[in-house]
Amino acid sequence: MKIGVFICHCGENIGKTVDCARVAKAASWLPGVVCSIDYKYMCSDPGQNLIKQAIKDHNLDGVVVGSCSPHMHEKTFRKAVSDAGINPFLCEIANLREQVSWVHDDVEIATDKAIDLVRIAVEKVKRNFALQTIKVPITKRALVIGGGVAGIQASLDIANAGYEVILVEKQPSIGGHMSQLSETFPTLDCSQCILTPRMVEVYQNPNIKLLTYSEVEKVEGFIGNFKVTIRKKARYVDDTKCSGCGLCIQSCPVKKKALSEFDENLTFRTAIYVPFPQAVPNIPVIDTSVCTYFVKKRESGKVACQLCMKKCDRGAINFDQQDELLVENVGAIVVATGYKLYSISEKPADSPIKGYGEYGYGKYKDVIDGLQFERIASASGPTAGEIKRPSDGKTPKKIVFIQCVGSRDEAKGFTYCSKICCMYTAKHAMLYKHKVHDGEAYVFYMDIRAGGKMYEEFVRRAIEEDGVKYIRGRVSRIYPKNGKYIVKGEDTIAGVPVEIDADMVVLATAMIAQDDAPKLAQTIGIPYDNYGFFNEVHPKLRPVESSTGGIFLAGACNSPRDIPESVAMASAAASKTLVLFGSDMLEREPTIAIVNENICAGCFYCKKVCPYNAIEIKQIVDRNGNVVKEVANVNAGLCQGCGTCNATCPSKAVELLGYTDEQIYAEISALM
Amino acid sequence: MQVGYYPGCSQEGTAKEYDMSLRKVFNKLGVQITEIEDWSCCGATSGHVTSHLLSLSLATRNLILAKEQKLPQIFAPCAACYNRLAVSKFEVENNNNAKCKVEDILGETLNNLPPVLNIIQVFQEIGIDKIVANRVRNLKDLKVACYYGCLLVRPHSITNFDDPENPSSMEQIVKATGAQIVDWNFKVECCGAAHSVPRTDIVLDLSKKIIDDAVEQGANVIVVACPMCHTNLDMRQKAMTKLYNNHKITPILYLSELVGLSLGFEPKELGINLHFIDFNIPLMEEEKVL
Repeated sequence: MKIGVFICHCGENIGKTVDCARVAKAASWLPGVVCSIDYKYMCSDPGQNLIKQAIKDHNLDGVVVGSCSPHMHEKTFRKAVSDAGINPFLCEIANLREQVSWVHDDVEIATDKAIDLVRIAVEKVKRNFALQTIKVPITKRALVIGGGVAGIQASLDIANAGYEVILVEKQPSIGGHMSQLSETFPTLDCSQCILTPRMVEVYQNPNIKLLTYSEVEKVEGFIGNFKVTIRKKARYVDDTKCSGCGLCIQSCPVKKKALSEFDENLTFRTAIYVPFPQAVPNIPVIDTSVCTYFVKKRESGKVACQLCMKKCDRGAINFDQQDELLVENVGAIVVATGYKLYSISEKPADSPIKGYGEYGYGKYKDVIDGLQFERIASASGPTAGEIKRPSDGKTPKKIVFIQCVGSRDEAKGFTYCSKICCMYTAKHAMLYKHKVHDGEAYVFYMDIRAGGKMYEEFVRRAIEEDGVKYIRGRVSRIYPKNGKYIVKGEDTIAGVPVEIDADMVVLATAMIAQDDAPKLAQTIGIPYDNYGFFNEVHPKLRPVESSTGGIFLAGACNSPRDIPESVAMASAAASKTLVLFGSDMLEREPTIAIVNENICAGCFYCKKVCPYNAIEIKQIVDRNGNVVKEVANVNAGLCQGCGTCNATCPSKAVELLGYTDEQIYAEISALM
Repeated sequence: MQVGYYPGCSQEGTAKEYDMSLRKVFNKLGVQITEIEDWSCCGATSGHVTSHLLSLSLATRNLILAKEQKLPQIFAPCAACYNRLAVSKFEVENNNNAKCKVEDILGETLNNLPPVLNIIQVFQEIGIDKIVANRVRNLKDLKVACYYGCLLVRPHSITNFDDPENPSSMEQIVKATGAQIVDWNFKVECCGAAHSVPRTDIVLDLSKKIIDDAVEQGANVIVVACPMCHTNLDMRQKAMTKLYNNHKITPILYLSELVGLSLGFEPKELGINLHFIDFNIPLMEEEKVL
């Protein structure tokens, strides 16, 4: 084998700490090395030409580049090598920058280490073999999970590029939390006015198949080729017949049994309902937990009520409707399942939040959370936009907002910052002041985090123009006294305890992951953090990609996000999807695991440890079709080449192409 | 049931009646309490403001004594003692640096230190049912505000017992006596604690607010589980009547005294006559014992 070694100075980055000439010289003595050169910038055009020329001159069949991290330029050098006619996987990188020059000071020691690393790479490249990139066909349809603003944006972007989208939403209507908001910061434009037209656009777009009141049950397959099973829950209303006239809702006698989810439990809804008048689709669902027909049927088997069915002249009500399971083939998935606002009143025993009993949320009617305030301030809300407190409908003259309830509180809540609360609290206080001119608004804060375009200006406006009083400090207790709520806290700037006799208190509670986020993550095979938020593969450079190929993330399911960020992420996830759909075949790195079926004992430890569900069970049959044994089989589309199976396999039947045991042992031996 | 008893300094002085009442009650409920021999200061107040290590070592010394005397668990009736012992145990068990220093000072190896219980936990171990079964007096005219103070439930990560901001475990025991529970807002507010002497004005203000809220929510007695709280709420009420208009005098009972009353002991046997504020709510005749 004829190996060429190319040592890069990386300007001064490597050259200052590593004697590159000495490394090149030492490398030239290694068995198999026929040419060894150092150069100032190997990644530059002349540098690459140097490599290509040497390949021709010396008829090289293996290349080692001593340069920066392979993360940086492995692709560059492999391309250069490939241009010169060698299989790119016969090129190895020795990392002389991140692993040597950047972490050492002593030139002697650093140079010795650089020589060692080059020797390792030379020994490895001797055992490298040509690998061909894997090509996989792509199904050019996308699945978007979640119909909030992020899901809507991603669906529209993909659909408008000409590809089919299946949008799955758990709730009866799309719109998500954004449809509940009154106005949006920092422009104070009406949330519904900007969102509902987009919801209609989704409904009318011929490329979008909208599945509301539906959930993803199963995801099989891999990038470009997913097979998704979706449960379309029974609405008990035939969506092909329903015209959305609303007669059924008017006729429903169940008026005071079910709290409105859309109004954040501030009002009641009927048993047959649409979440809000602008719902998309405008097709009701029946809540079987309160519907008289279903309740009576469960209790006594008798037929009762059915008023909605009698009223419906289109015969759309169908009490016998069943859940449907739909199977769809898609090439990419955008996950946009959003967040949940932490509600202090429902605190299960295993809740990670340990405190806040002192705020009396759930106990005192006028201590509410941020989304409830949104509903109260919203023109479509229970008070038609007038600020009134829930207990007695009086206009609060003094209102206290408390930020960071559950966020940034390691002892009682979550460590992270929920990010949007500083802004929406400023907005709430502002909206309040705009509607109650003689009212006083106080905000208890830890810090004001207003990073974003026009955000800081917005907060200043609340303070300076609208006279909202900001108090830096925490609140220790809220308790009722003479029809008011005494808010006891501390002003940490003045260093004094404060007590405010408020009429109403709004808690900016933490944004948390959806309850079923971990379950969904397991279903679709993406990693999530210990809070339940889905993980991106790289926080800076690949923020919308999950580590599973072909599955992208958008919005607050990844971490707390505001509307502009969610929308930006959604468009980014859509563009990643479109990049994928841009080619007919998908090229993938061939450094994946393979199974030696002769050795494989079928223990399937590899299957248990595989983080990507890439190991399948393959049956080996004899000529009569009888199953002889079962062995592991690697799905080339799913395998990401992490090597966990390789390390786990007790019989050494799994190898990782490009990183075989032989190659690794050769590297280790080169160091001895 | 056997517990090692760590009385602490107050049980022999200002909170003598706490000691009297809990000995009576536990005796009746079949709990054998064995005082730790040669116990010393728990390291509270002056101890831990002088030196953290001093307070750790003082508290740990008592834990070691209990272990040597084969006492399975330690009961500390005073909330401050309980807190010092529990916190010190937690620290030497979770901070190796602190453990080494304390071992060095005490000349002992620290392992398997016995668990520390407060009075609520001991009652929980005895069992609500047992209190109910032994109840001979009906306390239904008592409207009780349970006052926990600051040290009994905090810090939650160490005491690992009840909600630190809205606790409810004492209420369960009070309910067993047949007394009524009052829901109120100042269960864990600060009474002023050790500022009692140097800054009496602060203590008067804070303690007054506590009593006021209890009264406003309908309580006619406040039950405590801490000698310091008791001192501030009980002893300072006479001064409150001088300082504030319309102060409503409210008797303050130890939890053990309340349980003692329901078990049929006379107030005098429980030391209730030793309080500054007289307890003169008429007690109902005994229930028929089944």
